[in-house]
Amino acid sequence: MHRLTWQQRLSRFDVKASPYLYISPFFILFAVVGLFPLAYTAWVSMHEWHLIGGQGAFVGLQNFTDVLGQPRFTVALRNTFSIFLLSSVPQVIAAIVIAYALDTNLRARTFWRMGVLLPYVVAPVAVSLIFSKLFADESGMLNALLGAVGIDGIGWHSSAFASHVAISTMVNFRWTGYNTLIFLAAMQAIPRELYEAAIVDGAARWRTFFSITIPMLRPTIIFVVITSTIGGLQIFDEPRMYDTLGLGGPDRQWMTLTMYIYELGWGTQMNFGRAAAVSWLLFLIIVAIGLVNFAITRRIASSGTKGARK
Amino acid sequence: MRHPIRTLAALACAGVLVAGCSGGTDNGADDPGTTADPGAGGEEITLVVATFNEFGYEDLFAEYEADNPGITVEHRKAATSNEARDNMNTRLAAGSGLADIEGIEVDWLPELMQYPDRFVDLASDEVEGRWFDWKTAAVTTDDGKLIGYGTDIGPEAVCYRADLFEAAGLPADRDEVAALLEGDWDTYFDVGRDFVASSDAAWFDSAGATWQGMANQLETPFENLDGTVIPLADNTEMKGIYDDIMAALDADLSAGNEQWSEDWTNGFQNDSFATMLCPGWMLGIIAGNAEGVEGWDIADVFPGGGGNWGGSYLTVPDQTEHPEEAKALAAWLTAPEQQIKAFEAKGTFPSQVDALSDPALTGFTHEFFNNAPAGQILANRAEAITVQPFKGPNYFAMAEIMTDALNRVDSAGTDDADSSWEKALVAFDALGLE
Repeated sequence: MHRLTWQQRLSRFDVKASPYLYISPFFILFAVVGLFPLAYTAWVSMHEWHLIGGQGAFVGLQNFTDVLGQPRFTVALRNTFSIFLLSSVPQVIAAIVIAYALDTNLRARTFWRMGVLLPYVVAPVAVSLIFSKLFADESGMLNALLGAVGIDGIGWHSSAFASHVAISTMVNFRWTGYNTLIFLAAMQAIPRELYEAAIVDGAARWRTFFSITIPMLRPTIIFVVITSTIGGLQIFDEPRMYDTLGLGGPDRQWMTLTMYIYELGWGTQMNFGRAAAVSWLLFLIIVAIGLVNFAITRRIASSGTKGARK
Repeated sequence: MRHPIRTLAALACAGVLVAGCSGGTDNGADDPGTTADPGAGGEEITLVVATFNEFGYEDLFAEYEADNPGITVEHRKAATSNEARDNMNTRLAAGSGLADIEGIEVDWLPELMQYPDRFVDLASDEVEGRWFDWKTAAVTTDDGKLIGYGTDIGPEAVCYRADLFEAAGLPADRDEVAALLEGDWDTYFDVGRDFVASSDAAWFDSAGATWQGMANQLETPFENLDGTVIPLADNTEMKGIYDDIMAALDADLSAGNEQWSEDWTNGFQNDSFATMLCPGWMLGIIAGNAEGVEGWDIADVFPGGGGNWGGSYLTVPDQTEHPEEAKALAAWLTAPEQQIKAFEAKGTFPSQVDALSDPALTGFTHEFFNNAPAGQILANRAEAITVQPFKGPNYFAMAEIMTDALNRVDSAGTDDADSSWEKALVAFDALGLE
């Protein structure tokens, strides 16, 4: 083996290292704004730490055992999952169905397609203000309508489940259109020949939907489910704006985990240590749910596309 | 066909970006004190004054600039006190970025009084005796350091619906109502029982607001004067108030609307309740919410004596580069003469003893409240205040536990009196204060 020249070595280094160099900005940025805060939050979570007073004594896992022992943590966990399921599940299903409808030969297609995105443009705080008028317990429009047909008003701000439904409605209002467009884009990438072949074979409309559209959408469904999981578990604006105090109700009927973090860290306690502990617990929960999600969605309609896409 | 969608998506993204940018830019012009122009002998100074809501100082700044050449006053105004509070806490923790003069609300004191070192001592002979003693006591540390100059206060009276009183067979004239309600809280609730017996409306708006008035008459609501916490389970005074309110709820005296909620706001239009405790700043809120409703009036009375709700101060954080100039401006702004002008501009009720006898204030009548002499009534209510409740660092954590407990029964209806109190005790334990 002969010695390489300096130029040759440089060019070899270039071939080997350059790709990593090109993608490095993302990872450097991620390390600064993602990884570092994550590690620092872990550091904070093991100390007594006051919002104004700053760092206190090292307490190990005390903050974690504290919050895990509080009934409010369990309540926040329940609320988060309840709101998450009530919003994400109907949202993804509705988005696929709407996208499928938009994928057909409608008149003024562009108008309808733009229309579904409109709610997304409205700021979440504005959405909350509008919906809080609809969902007011005594003077709200929805209860007035129910009253008009002789049904007792629903305690939107007293029953935990009713408040979750109301908050999920806001979330769905905002995000369904957004997901619809993602699904629509994916549907348009499905080769039309597949449908034509299926129709020639005598497949009904619903059959093509379940046997072609859904399987071909698999990677997109995985993407949407994972992003809406992350978003759903971190939901904050809508429940916080749901009443004027922003605490999640006197019995914390609709307090989510992120609101709990805020209450601990920036509320009356100003306890950053505990807030950081809950943040880490939330992170672990999201990772766990993300993995479960991935496992489940991988199985969706796997019969149609075995090995077709990853 | 796909282009419009792509364009729209791009537009939506751009919208998000713009929102993201505008969210971040309000930190741009934060360099208080360093904008001084070093030319002309270094005399040019810019003082930044941060306030929120309405302090009523806009015209006064121009007046001060005219009288004090070389000083420019820059006003940084937050829309809500919560926004100002977040800003204050964050920058106090960061150690930079605060204005030369920061307006604070009395509610923030329990936290801020733990860090008196972060503020300039404002004590001086010039301002000695300018405010009510209880107003100054709240911002004075144990070793005599004064961290704030009082701006306004919230002396409480009782606002009531004369028309609903009359319909229920009660006297409706404001002097007669004052005589009727004169006494302690039991009197107030007893008259309420008579009222609801012959009216569809409730007696008061919400349990939380009523609790606020009652608890502010305790000298040590949650913490002893030495700062130690009274365990909630042993706090018989607080439990007594809780039981009184629960008894009132049993008698249907409350409209059951959580304060500031949508239903509460609409309750003003729906004749939901006949009385509410009203500090001076509440008059404007009632007049706004009850627009078009006739019959509101103010009685010169408050159950159990006097009561104060809210009010603000001006502080000078020690981050400032011009402590002397900032102190002078704060002292000038909070002098009785200026505070009267602020009252005339925005209705902020002055905390200065001398201001209360000013004709501009005593002659003030409120048209919406049947031309009641609101200025004189509130001045009388301010004189009646004797107790300044001690609010230590954990006051708000516990006040929140109490209002949650009351609202669980009053507005949400998720609990009865006993189970809600049990939950309050659990929440108290969760604070881990002992």
